[in-house]
Amino acid sequence: MSTVIRVEHVTKSYRLGAIGGATLKEDFARWWARKRGRPDPLALVDGEAHARQIGDQFWALDDVSFDVAEGQVLGIIGRNGAGKSTMLKILSQVTAPTSGQIRLKGRIASLLEVGTGFHPELTGRENTFLNGAILGMSTAETRRKLDEIIAFSGVEQFIDTPVKRYSSGMYVRLAFAVAAHLEPEILIVDEVLAVGDAEFQAKCLGKMGEVAKGGRTILFVSHNLSAIRSLCDRVVWLDAGRVRMEGTPSDVIEAYLRPANSETERGIIDERTERSGTGEARFKSVTTSTASGEASDQFYYGQTPIIVRGVLDVAEALPATVLELSLCTTDGLQVTFASTLDVADCAVRLAPGRHYVQAEIDATLVPGRYWVLLGLHRHPNGRTVDFVPRALDFEVLSSAQGSAPDFPYAPRGFVRPIVRWQLEQVPEHPNEICAQP
Amino acid sequence: MAVELDEGWTTVITPHRGWLDWRLKQLWGYRDLISLFVWRNFVAAYKQTILGPAWHVIQPLLTTITFTIVFGNIARLPTGGAPPFLFYLAGTVPWSYFANNLTNTANTFVGNAHLLGKVYFHRLVIPISIAISNLVSFGIQLAIFLVALAYYAVTGAGVHMTAWAWMAPVFFLMLAGYGLGGGIIVSALTTRYRDLANLVAFGVQLLMYATPVIYPASSVPAKYRWVVGLNPLTPVIEGFRRGFLGAGEVTLLQVGASFGVMVVVLAVGLMLFTHVERTFMDTV
Repeated sequence: MSTVIRVEHVTKSYRLGAIGGATLKEDFARWWARKRGRPDPLALVDGEAHARQIGDQFWALDDVSFDVAEGQVLGIIGRNGAGKSTMLKILSQVTAPTSGQIRLKGRIASLLEVGTGFHPELTGRENTFLNGAILGMSTAETRRKLDEIIAFSGVEQFIDTPVKRYSSGMYVRLAFAVAAHLEPEILIVDEVLAVGDAEFQAKCLGKMGEVAKGGRTILFVSHNLSAIRSLCDRVVWLDAGRVRMEGTPSDVIEAYLRPANSETERGIIDERTERSGTGEARFKSVTTSTASGEASDQFYYGQTPIIVRGVLDVAEALPATVLELSLCTTDGLQVTFASTLDVADCAVRLAPGRHYVQAEIDATLVPGRYWVLLGLHRHPNGRTVDFVPRALDFEVLSSAQGSAPDFPYAPRGFVRPIVRWQLEQVPEHPNEICAQP
Repeated sequence: MAVELDEGWTTVITPHRGWLDWRLKQLWGYRDLISLFVWRNFVAAYKQTILGPAWHVIQPLLTTITFTIVFGNIARLPTGGAPPFLFYLAGTVPWSYFANNLTNTANTFVGNAHLLGKVYFHRLVIPISIAISNLVSFGIQLAIFLVALAYYAVTGAGVHMTAWAWMAPVFFLMLAGYGLGGGIIVSALTTRYRDLANLVAFGVQLLMYATPVIYPASSVPAKYRWVVGLNPLTPVIEGFRRGFLGAGEVTLLQVGASFGVMVVVLAVGLMLFTHVERTFMDTV
């Protein structure tokens, strides 16, 4: 397989403070100073010359290189501000890199947004042609695929109505339908799937999978790690403008979700920076243990309860609070939410000092890895005092304890609730009726 | 083997692009998009209006009637012997094509930032489609002018066409070139200096008074002749009038010089545009 995208040492810097704020006078002053060999009069004055230059530059991308092979589906993940969108903008030629270069092979189409260029006064049909042309389809091509596009969008009835009368859902459907029928060799997709209802999202993901199977190369940026995991062959993790890791989806996603090294000492969350809240109280540590009180991060399938213990230091008296304990998967999908309000309809009063919290979770989780999320919120306004999104993780094994049956299938869903089944056989009257002459 | 793999790149994205790298061949590939934009500009502008495309007729007629009353009947400016209505129409029709091209394309980057920030297509598609869209209203206005001309010719008013009328296509090309060139220069500069946008409408208005649109060049006092003479748009308007009304001071040399200036303006515009288009999203 040959390489169709080669990104080599790409950097992108923005001048801080200068974005949109330049005036002719400032530029003239700069030019005049340069002409006379004087330092830039508008640069920040502290520090030495070298540091200053770095001082008013922001490096959105810093020496990023990677290759994408033909037919590969590459996912790009990273936190907000890691440089994902900048990378896509450079790849789609919306903006140019500061240095480095990118080489591409074949027709490229980018979907940084659905419905780019839709005109509200024009009808759905008219916008299909317009949007298709903006995305790089010829009029003849759009005409050929028009029926297919309209059928996929599911807005047949309204296709000759101006799109300003569309609901936002219809608008997105039509827009995605156009985009889905592009036939570029390279497709760049950014978070497009974050729109529409669940059914439509599933349809979009299905279409993307289909496109990928058709041998086209796709670059896919998303916060939806499940989508990344199911669609991509390879994942690049961008962190602060650099490639932090590159590899198979499961490896990269797991590393991405693992807290940074300094924070990995199990259960100690005192200094954890990944948290939010007003800070009058802070969670110091957290542990998980079995019913017998034995600390463990592994539980057998069906083993309950899972006991979560936490240490909470309260600096200021809090008259009314709610404790939250949630679980989420390693893909970031929230599985459960539980709070102290569930069991007693009154808020918890916290006096200053150290508190020990214990929570027993009585849920049968499907095998997999789960994160514990700890939160303390004020009642009744819900303002967060302290919230640690990934305090601790634990694993539910697929094997059960003792004589209980193991989990028999590949994990599907997240919770196996206790279900009381009833099954009755329908009396055989129908047969008798049929038997009568 | 590695060498073999390195061949066949179709697009190379680099930090800088030459000032003269206009990629006109790529632009040709976007002709479908240009025609769709032209069509959109035309259709979208008149949806939910009562009179629709009739505005193309009403607007220049009202302007010309106003000019005829204000400058002809009240201020009594000379018209070089031509019927005032026809004289002003012959000035405003070509002028408004130039002015519309300039003011509409001047907004290319800032006005289309939402679109240009999301998808790549040759950026010149927008100003070119604007110039072509304007051609539609220009054509309608030109037809009105020709009808008026025929009416005056039949009724025997002082109208005599000259061989200069054959130059009309050249004049139209020059008006398009000046409007487009000036417009893309302004559009490139407004990505950094937003103040220019305010200046455009005002500047075009001033420029009209420095061009013999509402008066013949021959009526300008000798003291101010050089202003009108240096204005490269003067030979275009005067030449147009000389062709259709038989009155106008213009030489072929002036037209040639003006054409040269137009080519320079257009080239400077393309260079600035090419320079700015790659990174304007960072500053808009």
